[in-house]
Amino acid sequence: MAKNRTVLDFRAPKHEVAEKICLLHGNTPDALLEILHDVQDELGHVPEAALPAIANALNISRAEVYGVATFYHDFHLKPKGKHVLKLCLAEACQSRGGRALQSAVENFLNLKMGQTSGDRLITLEATYCLGLCASGPSLMVDGRPMARATSEKVETIIAGLRT
Amino acid sequence: MIKIYIPRDSSALAVGADDVAKALAAEAADKKLNLQIIRNSSRGMAWLETFVEVETPEGRIGYGPVEASDVASLIAARFYEGHAHPLCHGRVDDMAYLKNQERLTFARAGITDPVSIMDYIAHGGFEGLRKALAMTGSAIVAEVTESGLRGRGGAGFPTGIKWKTVLDAKSDQKYVCCNADEGDSGTFADRMVMEGDPFMLIEGMTIAGLSCGATKGYVYIRSEYPDAITTLKQAIRIATDAKWLGQNIQSTEHCFVLEVRRGAGSYICGEETAMLESLEGKRGMVRAKPPIPAVVGLFGKPTIINNVLSLAAIPYILAKGAAAYKNYGMGRSRGTLPFQLAGNIKQGGLVEKAFGITLRTLINDFGGGTASGRPVRAVQVGGPLGSYLPDSQLDLPMDYETMASNAAMIGHGGLVVFDETVDMAAQARFAMEFCAVESCGKCTPCRIGSLRGVETIDKIVAGENRDANLALLEDLCQTMTDGSLCAMGGLTPMPVMSAVKHFPEDFDTPIRIAAE
Repeated sequence: MAKNRTVLDFRAPKHEVAEKICLLHGNTPDALLEILHDVQDELGHVPEAALPAIANALNISRAEVYGVATFYHDFHLKPKGKHVLKLCLAEACQSRGGRALQSAVENFLNLKMGQTSGDRLITLEATYCLGLCASGPSLMVDGRPMARATSEKVETIIAGLRT
Repeated sequence: MIKIYIPRDSSALAVGADDVAKALAAEAADKKLNLQIIRNSSRGMAWLETFVEVETPEGRIGYGPVEASDVASLIAARFYEGHAHPLCHGRVDDMAYLKNQERLTFARAGITDPVSIMDYIAHGGFEGLRKALAMTGSAIVAEVTESGLRGRGGAGFPTGIKWKTVLDAKSDQKYVCCNADEGDSGTFADRMVMEGDPFMLIEGMTIAGLSCGATKGYVYIRSEYPDAITTLKQAIRIATDAKWLGQNIQSTEHCFVLEVRRGAGSYICGEETAMLESLEGKRGMVRAKPPIPAVVGLFGKPTIINNVLSLAAIPYILAKGAAAYKNYGMGRSRGTLPFQLAGNIKQGGLVEKAFGITLRTLINDFGGGTASGRPVRAVQVGGPLGSYLPDSQLDLPMDYETMASNAAMIGHGGLVVFDETVDMAAQARFAMEFCAVESCGKCTPCRIGSLRGVETIDKIVAGENRDANLALLEDLCQTMTDGSLCAMGGLTPMPVMSAVKHFPEDFDTPIRIAAE
C-alpha cells in the first residue's frame, strides 16, 4: 500500500487527466472503454503512465486495465502520427478496388499498414468496414469517413495534411 | 420559402454532402434566393449521393449525384423549382428503386429530419410506444411473438421467445441491450437507422423495456460510426426532454433510461456475449453459453439483446399490429428485411423487401448489375462469415431456411458482389486472416485454426501438396465448425469452404498459371 502512495506522489499531469476523466464517468469500472476513448482523445494515446491511475480510480487491477487497453484495436499505448489514415480492407471495399488502393497508398507514403511516417505526421492503419459498402473504397481521415476514394484523391488529401 | 433536402447520412457526408450544402447556401445568398436547407436522412440510394431533393407542388424532385461543383449549374437551371437538369431523376416517389420496395422499417428514410421529434411524430412515430404504454408486458410479448419477427442480427432467433424468457425471469434489475456493432462488411442498415431515424430505435428499445420490466438500456455502437454515435446521443437527449424516455414516460408510471456506449474497433464484440463483456468494461472475450443472456446477461441480470433492425421493426409491429407485419414474407421468415446491396454493384444501397426475393432480382433489377460492367462471379451473403455464392445459386429465395439448407445464411442482409476479376483463393485466405486478427483468443479452434488456415491456403495456392492440403483445410474447417465457442470460429469455414467448393479452379496452380 505504502508503495502505491509513493507512486501517486510523483503524479504526472497525465495521471491527473486520467483521474479527471474517470471521475467524469463516476469512477464506474463498466465505463472503462469510454474512459480509455476519452483519455486517448485528450492525450492522443493511452500512456502506460495513465493505467495505474485509472486502475486506482476504478478500484480494479492494473492488469485488468492493461488487458482492456491492449485488447481493442482502437487503443494505442504509444503516440501515433499527427494524422491518422484508416483504409478499409474489408470485402466490400476489396470488390471495388480496395486492394489496389491499399498498395497505391502504401507505395505513395512508403509505409505499411500500422506504421507511422518518420516525421510522425501520418499513421496508416487498417480498418474493417466503415458502413459505406456501396460507395467504396472508403477510408477515414482523422475520424471523418470518406467514400469513392481513388489513389489520386487520397494523394491530394495527404498533400493537404502535409502543408 | 423553398425547401431543399440534403442528406446528413454518412454515405452522403463521405462524398461531400456538407460541401454541397455550403455551396448551395452561399450561391442562394448570392442570388438572393429564399431557400431553406433541411438536412434529412438518406433514401438509401448510395450511388446517387449526394442526393438533393426539392419540394415542389408535384412532390419532391430529386437530383444526384450532386457535387459542390454542380451547384452553380443546378441553380442556373432553376432546380429549386424542379426544372430539368442532367442530374435530375424526376419525382422521387416515382423512382423504380424506391417504388418497388416494401419499406416498413425504412418508411421515413430520406423523408424526415432525423433529429426532429416533431417530424418523427408527424410521420407515425411513437404510435407503437403509445399503445405499448397501455399494455401489459405479456401482451406486448404476445404481439411480437405473433408477428413472427426473428433476430435480424443474423441468427434469426424468434424475438418474441427471447423477450418472453426475459419477462419470465425473476430479478430486481433487467436490461435491454441493442447490438449496434454492425461490423459485417457489406452492411450499413443499422448505421442508417441510427443516423437517419434514431427515434425509431429509441421507441423500439423502450417497448422492449416495457415488455420485460427493464428500466435501463444500452446501445453498443462501433467506434467506426462516429456520426451514428453523435446522432443517437442527440436523439436520446431530445426524447428525454420530450418525456419519451426517462422517468414517468408520457406521465405514466413507466421508466426507461438509455445510454450509448462506444465500441473500440473489435469485430468480435458484435457477438452478443463478447458485447456484454465489453459493456461491462472488460476485454471482449466470448462467454460460454448456457446460461443464455436472457437469463444471465449484462452484470449477471436478465437481458434482452437485439440487433438494431430487430428493435427498429418493433414500433411498426405495435402500431399496425402483428398481422400487418406477418403478412409479408415466406415460410417461417416473416416480415421484411432491409437488404444492403454492396461491393461491385452499379446501384448499391438499401432495398427493403419481404423475405422470398431472389438474389438475382436484388442484384439485377435493383442493383443494375456490377459497377464495373463485368459479369457477376460471386456474391458474399451475410458478411465476412457468410458463404460465397456462384451464379448458379442466385435464384434461391432469400429466407432463413432456404439459405441454411444451401450451406449459406442471410445474416444481416448484406450482399457483397464481386465481378469476374475476383481471386477466390485470396478471398478464402482473407476470411481466415480476418478471423485470426479478430478472434478473441478464448478457444483454440478459432485462435490457432485461423492461422493454420491462412498457412494451408498459401500452400495450396503455391501448389505444395495440393490435394493433401485441401483435405487438411477441409478437416481444419470441420474442427473450427464443431469446436469453436461462437460464430466467429464456427462460421469462418463458410466463406472458405464455399470458395473451395464453388470455385475450385482458383485453388489449382496449373489453372492459375494458365489464366495469368
